[in-house]
Amino acid sequence: MSQALKNEQDLKWVGTRPLRPDGVDKVTGRAKFGADMYVPGMLVGKVLRSPHPHAVIKSIDTSKAEALPGVRAVVARDDFQDMPSEFVPAGEMLVNYKDIVRNVMARDKALYDGHAVAAVAATSAAIARKALKLIEVDYEVLPHVIDVVEAMAPDAPVLDETLFTAGVDPAPDKPSNVAKVVELGLGDVDKGFKAADVVIEREFDTNPVHQGYIEPHACVASFSEDGQAELWCTTQGHYVVRSHCAKLLGMEVSKLRVTSSEIGGGFGGKTVVYLEPVALALSKKANSPVKMVMNRDEVFRASGPTSGANMMIKVGAKKDGTITAAEATLKYQAGAFQGSPVQPGAMCAFAPYDLENVKVTGYDVVVNRPKVAAYRAPGAPISEYAVECVLDEVAEEIGMDPIDFRLKNAAKEGTHAAYGPKFGPIGLVETLKQAKKSKHYKAKLGPNQGRGMASGFWFNIGGETCATLNINEDGTVTLLTGTPDIGGSRASVCMMAAEELGIDYDKIRPIIADTSSLGYTFLTGGSRTTFSSGMAAVQAAQGAIEELCARAAKIWEIDVDAVEWEDGHAKPAGKNAGDFEPLSLADIARQAGKTGGPIAGHADINAQGAAPSFGTHVVDVEVDKETGRVTIVRYTVLQDAGKAVHPAYVEGQFQGGAVQGIGWALNEEYVYGEDGTLENPGFLDYRIPVASDVPMIDTVIVEVPNPRHPYGVRGIGETPIIPPMAAIANAIQDAIGIRFHELPMSPPKVLKAIEAANGGGE
Amino acid sequence: MARVVLTGGLKNFTGGETELELDAADIRGLFRLLGERYPKLKPHLEEGLAVAIDGQIYQDTLIEPIGPDSEVHVLPQIAGG
Repeated sequence: MSQALKNEQDLKWVGTRPLRPDGVDKVTGRAKFGADMYVPGMLVGKVLRSPHPHAVIKSIDTSKAEALPGVRAVVARDDFQDMPSEFVPAGEMLVNYKDIVRNVMARDKALYDGHAVAAVAATSAAIARKALKLIEVDYEVLPHVIDVVEAMAPDAPVLDETLFTAGVDPAPDKPSNVAKVVELGLGDVDKGFKAADVVIEREFDTNPVHQGYIEPHACVASFSEDGQAELWCTTQGHYVVRSHCAKLLGMEVSKLRVTSSEIGGGFGGKTVVYLEPVALALSKKANSPVKMVMNRDEVFRASGPTSGANMMIKVGAKKDGTITAAEATLKYQAGAFQGSPVQPGAMCAFAPYDLENVKVTGYDVVVNRPKVAAYRAPGAPISEYAVECVLDEVAEEIGMDPIDFRLKNAAKEGTHAAYGPKFGPIGLVETLKQAKKSKHYKAKLGPNQGRGMASGFWFNIGGETCATLNINEDGTVTLLTGTPDIGGSRASVCMMAAEELGIDYDKIRPIIADTSSLGYTFLTGGSRTTFSSGMAAVQAAQGAIEELCARAAKIWEIDVDAVEWEDGHAKPAGKNAGDFEPLSLADIARQAGKTGGPIAGHADINAQGAAPSFGTHVVDVEVDKETGRVTIVRYTVLQDAGKAVHPAYVEGQFQGGAVQGIGWALNEEYVYGEDGTLENPGFLDYRIPVASDVPMIDTVIVEVPNPRHPYGVRGIGETPIIPPMAAIANAIQDAIGIRFHELPMSPPKVLKAIEAANGGGE
Repeated sequence: MARVVLTGGLKNFTGGETELELDAADIRGLFRLLGERYPKLKPHLEEGLAVAIDGQIYQDTLIEPIGPDSEVHVLPQIAGG
């Protein structure tokens, strides 16, 4: 729905920085997260996980566990109905329930270290743990494959004998680990490379990284004798959880009510189900509520991460800086089931640039690792990292400043993206120009320091969204939305509603409604929440205003067309309408019962008009040549937000994305042993950045409004994780003259490269 | 008539054709005409695809109007984290 953009000078709330409505509860510990739910008579659920990366499950004997006093239920593969292999819509997503049910509970095979094979509900955690040890699983261990390139080899162990590569013609006659081939292109890359003065081609490897949310997966399920059930869980999308669980449990959707808890981080990793269907199955069998909470070991072994990848990137350019051709081959790990983010990775790889000749080929490859889940801008940080590193090298080769090189080729309004459509108004050029003129970019560097930069792009989405806005009898407002609040969306959505209604922000109380209280709402992800729930809240407010004007007309006994809404008051539309004192929202609310009943506004929309967000990052690093440690000395994020509804939370998203990218660049990696088991499933050995590791991340909010949103909003949560890896790699090169083509650039690898460059090392 | 571009691997279902002109009033009409013209493409329409009309990407909707001079791209659906 197209709406007129609000005038900047008329805004009272949008663009300000009020306290978040959920802030006090969160800083006092009162907020209820996933593990904070308690229900009378609640049992404890625990999962038995495969110790093997690839094994046939010949048999599962649960009889001894079931006989243990205190054990109330045991479930395994036979407690979940098998599903056909077909991609079906679940809310807004296409999912293959054959894979989801197998990931929730292994069937014929365990496909990764940590794959769930059985679960127990007992009266205490100690009894549940003891019962897990009594479950006898007879495995036939199979050869495994962890690396994406090895998984594509003709002699690789095949994970799924029914998996035939899609997207190739002719269709293959043998199964393989390559689930899908995707491709896109423009023009003629061979011709483009021939026209280039400089061609650089490099191979890159990245490791899978976990979303690293501090709060583990947790839920409480309560199945009733009449076939209805309640589920409380930490999730980015409780309606999606409802869709998946109802399907897997064979329930009618209306019989399952899902309530989302507060959420301690998700970053894409809480858009899928793991424990929830298992807890429901255990609760149904035990006829008691069941609580399940993953420990950190389980989070690492069995949830997330995003893909690791192997990539070839080739870029050709003329001496004047014009890119003549760009080519990428992307091989993404999907984990144990198909569905890596290679498609968006392919679409984003060269999206920031105006190119005539582009070719991208992507491979979705299954390996014996946990099934990947979305992670901020899924797929894009991986491909754009490799591309931005090569662009830096091309710029260096032709002797051009890296920002000027990008400006020369930057996408603008009207540019055809490499994936096809033309861009509308976008802010990449503004971010680059502001980076170039920033004090940071001109600052002097110290010894062993270097500076790098990189840009990034993400699409952003809208989707199905509902909002209900109830006018209370005292003139306050309750606003119901269905998108869990991860990054301050309660505040931003309330600010837009307050702006529409013309009342104070703190008169509106936001509620994240459960699935039985509000219509289907797609999840918090895709940088869609402030955009979509904001749009729905604005439309709900506009509906309420229409009714408020109608009530004022009744009170004044004039025609409704003679009433207008201004600054929180109903007023006569002109002198001819009559001479009446304006009625405030509270005045009308007090008389609501006598003028027709309660007043509310509703919006049930499929939000369209999402606009992409571009960002540019500049980073200074210092390399310790004795230890290989890379320290982030200074960091600036510049990104187009469209319109920053709550600038502090926009800055928070910029900073959070940058810090996650810093971890991806410098430390985070899954370490698998020769036996295919994960060796570092904990925060001591899987190193994410902490506050003392990073400087204050500076931010510059660029505002090129999205004309399709009433307040100009673009999603902003995904883009900031894209540029850090390349920006840091480019900065390290600037500092020590060594280009790294593998992530993470951890101290041992950096030290080894320094020693090799000095003629030492292995 | 609108200029329609089929991006990426969709050419595998169209005998290699990637560009055509169609007279469709909206996305539903576009999918109907594409399905009639390319039967192999039909199962892939409506689910899993997005449509960009004059640069604006639409997902999970069949009702968006297509102008007579519109530039239309059919592309994979986009999700997010």
